[in-house]
Amino acid sequence: MSHHIVEVKNLRHVYPDGTAALKDVSFVITHGESVGIIGANGAGKSTLLQHLNGSLEPTSGAIHIGHTPLSKGTLPDIRRTVGMVFQDPDDQLFMPTVFDDVAFGPLNLGYTPADVEQRVTEVLELVGAGHLRDKPPYHLSGGEKKRVAIATVLSMSPDILVMDEPTNGLDPFARRQLMKLMRDFKHTRIFTSHDLDMVLELCERVIVMHEGEVWADGPALEIFGNDTLLAECRLEKPFSMQGCPICGRKTHAV
Amino acid sequence: MASIHSAVLDLKSLDLLANGNSTIHRLDARAKVLVTLVFILCVVSYSRYELTPLFPFFIFPVVMISLAGLPTLFILKKITLLCPFVLAVGIFNPVFDREILIQFGHFGISGGWISFASILTRSVLTVGTAFILVGVTGFTAVCQALESLGMPKVFAVQLLFLYRYIFVLTEESGRASRARELRSCGKKGQGIHSFGSMVGHLLLRTWQRAERIHTAMLARGFTGEFHANRLSRFGVSEVRFVLAWSSFFIFLRLQNVSQLLGSLVTGLFP
Repeated sequence: MSHHIVEVKNLRHVYPDGTAALKDVSFVITHGESVGIIGANGAGKSTLLQHLNGSLEPTSGAIHIGHTPLSKGTLPDIRRTVGMVFQDPDDQLFMPTVFDDVAFGPLNLGYTPADVEQRVTEVLELVGAGHLRDKPPYHLSGGEKKRVAIATVLSMSPDILVMDEPTNGLDPFARRQLMKLMRDFKHTRIFTSHDLDMVLELCERVIVMHEGEVWADGPALEIFGNDTLLAECRLEKPFSMQGCPICGRKTHAV
Repeated sequence: MASIHSAVLDLKSLDLLANGNSTIHRLDARAKVLVTLVFILCVVSYSRYELTPLFPFFIFPVVMISLAGLPTLFILKKITLLCPFVLAVGIFNPVFDREILIQFGHFGISGGWISFASILTRSVLTVGTAFILVGVTGFTAVCQALESLGMPKVFAVQLLFLYRYIFVLTEESGRASRARELRSCGKKGQGIHSFGSMVGHLLLRTWQRAERIHTAMLARGFTGEFHANRLSRFGVSEVRFVLAWSSFFIFLRLQNVSQLLGSLVTGLFP
C-alpha cells in the first residue's frame, strides 16, 4: 500500500448556482508520478484540485488518497498527506513573518518547538529563502512569496504536492528556480497550468480537461503531438514544440 | 489614491524601523507596551485647562527617539498627518469658551484657547509615542505583547490579520480607483455612484479572499488554535525600564514640575 496514490472516481461537482464544474471525472495517479492538468479557462481544473484536499465536497463520486476515502473523519490526515499550494501566495501567507507562516502547519501538527525550528530552517534553505525568515510577507517580491508559499506546504512533509498555476506571474529566472525545485521533489506531484512548456518539462503524464470532463489522459509528448485534440480543447503546442520563428528548428522532436 | 498608496508605503517603512538593533529595540515588547500605556494614561488624565504640566512629558519621546535612532523628521511628519483631526475636535473650544483665564497686561487668553492647546499637546504626545512604540517594536510584536498582557486572543488575531491584509486591500482599491480615473478622462466619471459599486466590489472581493485564506489555513491543519512560538524574556533590564519610566511619569503626574522649575528660577532670581 502506498500513501501516494490519488484515485478519483466519477467525481461530479455542481456549484450552488447550478454550474456543473465537474461532470464525470475519473483517474488514478500512482506513486511518484508527475502529472500536469491542463485545459482552457473554466474547464474545471481548479475545482478539481480543491477536491483533492477536501476544500470542496463532491456532489457525487469519490476520492481516495492512498486508499483512504476522503471523508470528514479522514480529512485531517489527508490534509497532511496532500500539500496544496494556492495560486495567489497572498492567500497562503497570512502570518506576521515568514518563519511564523512556515511554522504554522508543523505547530498545528503538534511538533515540538525544537522540531519546528529545525523543520522551518530546513525547508526555507531548500527553497532558497533562508534569508527571508524574519521578514513580513508583504515585504517580499512575487517570486519570493511563491517560494515561501511552497515552503509552508513542504514543512508539513506532504506525500503528494498539488499546485495551482505554480509559475503564474513569475519572471523567467524565478520560474526556472521554481521548476528546479519541483523537479527535485520526489513524491507525487500534480500541477495545473497554462504554462505548457513547464508542463512538458516537468510532467511525464498530462490530463486534459474540457468542460468538466477528462478529454484525454496520456504521455505528455503524445498529447502535445495531437493537434486536433489541442484545438478542440482551446490549447496549443508548447512553444518548445512549435519551432523557432526564425530558423524553424524544434527543441522537442514530435 | 496616490496619498493612500504613499501612506501604505510609510506604514511599511515604519514597520521596517522596528528591525533596528538599539538598546530600546532589544527590550522585550511587553516592557515597551507597558511603559507606553502608563505614559498615555498619565497624559490623558489631566484636566482640560492644564497645559504646562504636560510639557515635561516630552522628555520620553525625545529620549526614545534619540536612543533608538529613529528618524525624527519622519515621526514628526506622521504626527502632522493627524493635525486636521485634532483641529476638527478642538477648533470650537475658543469660540464657545471665552472666559479669560490668563491675563498678560491688556492681553487675555481665554479658557477655550488653553483647552485647545491642551488637546493639541496631548494628541501630539500620545500619538507620537504610539508611533515610536511601533517604530521600535513592530506592529506584530506589539499585538503579541498585548496578548500576553491579557488582551483576548481574538482581538490580537484580528489586529494581525487586519495589518497583514491592509497592504493587499489598499493595493486592490488603488488599482480599482486608478482604473476608474483613467476611464473618466479627467472628469467626474459617474461621481459617487461608481464609488458605491467599487466599494461593494471591494467588500465582495475581501470576502472571497477571506474564504480562500480560511481554506489555506484549514489545508495546513488549522483547528482554531493559534500557536505562538516566540521566545522572549522579561529580564532585569525590562523591569528597570518599566519601573524607572513609570515612576517618572507618575511623579510628573503628581507634581507640576514645570511650576516647580518656574518657582525655583523665579526664587533664585527675584
